[in-house]
Amino acid sequence: MAQDTDANMPPDAMDEYAKPMQLRLYVVGKTPKSEAAIANLRKICAEHLDGKYELEVIDLRDNPKLARDDQILAIPTLVRSLPMPVAKIIGDLSDTDKVLVGLNLRPRT
Amino acid sequence: MANLAISAVPTAPSVRATLPVIEGLKKARTGIKGLDEITNGGLPQGRPTLVCGTAGCGKTLFSLEFLVRGVQEFGEPGVFIAFAETAEDLANNVASLGFDLRTLEAEGKIAIDHIHIDSADMAEAGAYDLEGLFIRLELAIESVGAKRVVLDTLETIFGGFTDQAMLRAELRRLFTWLKERNLTVVITGERGEGQLTRQGLEEYVSDCVILLDHRVVDQISTRRLRIVKYRGTHHGTNEYPFLIDENGFSVLPLSSLGLDHEASSERVSSGVRALDEMLGGKGFFRGSSVLVSGTAGSGKTSLSAHFARAACLRGERVVYFAFEESRSQLLRNMLSLGIDLAPFVENGLFHFHASRPALHGLEMHLVRMHKIIEDAAPRVVIIDPITNLTSLGTLAEINSMLVRLIDFLKVSSITAMFTSLTSGGQAEEDTDVGVSSLTDTWLLVRDFEMGGERTRGLYIRKSRGMPHSNRVREIVMTPQGIDLLPVYVGPNSVLTGSARSQQARRDEAESEELLRDLQSREVRMDRRREAVQAQVAAMLAELAAEEVDMKRAMRELRTKADQAARVRDEDSVATPESE
Repeated sequence: MAQDTDANMPPDAMDEYAKPMQLRLYVVGKTPKSEAAIANLRKICAEHLDGKYELEVIDLRDNPKLARDDQILAIPTLVRSLPMPVAKIIGDLSDTDKVLVGLNLRPRT
Repeated sequence: MANLAISAVPTAPSVRATLPVIEGLKKARTGIKGLDEITNGGLPQGRPTLVCGTAGCGKTLFSLEFLVRGVQEFGEPGVFIAFAETAEDLANNVASLGFDLRTLEAEGKIAIDHIHIDSADMAEAGAYDLEGLFIRLELAIESVGAKRVVLDTLETIFGGFTDQAMLRAELRRLFTWLKERNLTVVITGERGEGQLTRQGLEEYVSDCVILLDHRVVDQISTRRLRIVKYRGTHHGTNEYPFLIDENGFSVLPLSSLGLDHEASSERVSSGVRALDEMLGGKGFFRGSSVLVSGTAGSGKTSLSAHFARAACLRGERVVYFAFEESRSQLLRNMLSLGIDLAPFVENGLFHFHASRPALHGLEMHLVRMHKIIEDAAPRVVIIDPITNLTSLGTLAEINSMLVRLIDFLKVSSITAMFTSLTSGGQAEEDTDVGVSSLTDTWLLVRDFEMGGERTRGLYIRKSRGMPHSNRVREIVMTPQGIDLLPVYVGPNSVLTGSARSQQARRDEAESEELLRDLQSREVRMDRRREAVQAQVAAMLAELAAEEVDMKRAMRELRTKADQAARVRDEDSVATPESE
């Protein structure tokens, strides 16, 4: 995996960034919103993460316990568990800017 | 005869029991004390009920008790969705009420899911819905086979999401979803300005809305419950006070009681023989209420203690509510009258509850007393004195409270004695806090002051349905208890104490004199009778003598006439030639 290093970054932050971003997208069934969320996320990842991510799409129909364990209420919900802190983004991810801000890929404006 | 006719009228069957329930409207009993009475059977089965109120009014406890009782008493498993507290906090909070949530959870009777909503760590990017909530609900419901569901402060979701239109659509979907599954649901909501809940949840829940209130008046808090609406069924519309204690909720179903209690003709002794004599020789009616009013130190508590002891001796349980004395104080004081209640405390017949009136609000007192009475199931209840509660509210409030209490006692066929303290200058009719009309027997104890001493007089102001003495009796406290002595009622005053005994001596002297007088009159009478009889005898003798005289005169007269006739005949025979 290609590792971009930034000389200005502190070493631990570099470690964090060294790991791939861990993403989980919670959906329920194949609803238009779910399909849209998956498509939008894939597109954003391809454009902004350059392959440095791991994405898991979870259908809560198949595994409802995860909804409780991961405190999922809104559908779709995108959870970034790494790097810390955990970030949650809800919605069909059609607002790319907000997704990028939420994933800490772009500073808040 | 009129009295007989009245008592012979059969009492109407309970109105409560015969109220028509609209066909098809099933109810899920809550098991919460009193609530099922005022809702006429419980919450609407298979439908949502909104329970709203301000913070700290007991919404969460209400809903938890609904679930726990559902499991324990009606075999209906439940789901608790907590939006505000974690499952851990919940279990700890209700452990003090004797609800063991952890065990119920482990047994698979109750499922608890804490839904944590924090908008701070959540970004919104596009359209979403609350399908996750449905997934979790379904999971929890299926895990225990729930029939009952609680959504505790559902409104919290309004703070977590910005898309209000979506939220409202989802709420609507949620209620439809719950109804389709035939779940009996309790939703709690915070009281909002100008409406029942902040987010107007009441517009989604159209079947039953219950409002809880916790208000503080004069530093005394009172909890109240009101059914704002209950579609398609009769329900009590009043504000009902309720209590949260170590056994959970108790709602007082006040006005559901009516004048439909059975009147007993059984009599119970007042514990004072002379008083029983005044009450037609038999004492009070069982299930009646007795008011004893009088000034301080007039013997009200002593009368109550007599009554309590008599009941204990009959083997009946007595609950004694004291607002002035502690238990040991009462026991000690009554011992001086020869009334030893301690054995009855030990064998559990005498229940004593002392509290300061200011400890609770008026209604709390009522709920508390109600609860104690229900738990102890006594035959006799004594409240000493009832007037100490007057500091807690307006006359109207106290009145309504006492009406409820008396109703409750009558329905339970408990004989009740209330004492009422009359303050010095007050007219005694004002002292009864308006309960005299509700009580069946009213004993008035009055102080009499004369000749440098104070004595107590008792009389029966009224006693329904029995002949009773109209005389004033003097209360005398002896080491053997209270005795009632007859007193002298003069034209201007009632004589008691030493004045009474003086009067008694005077009367005694007077009657002796009278006796002597009568005896001498009797002697005189005898003499006169003798004189008259002698006179009569003399007159009879005189009459007889006169009669003898008269008869002799008559005989003489006849003899003379005969002789004269004979002489004439002889003359005519001797001289015929001379013609």
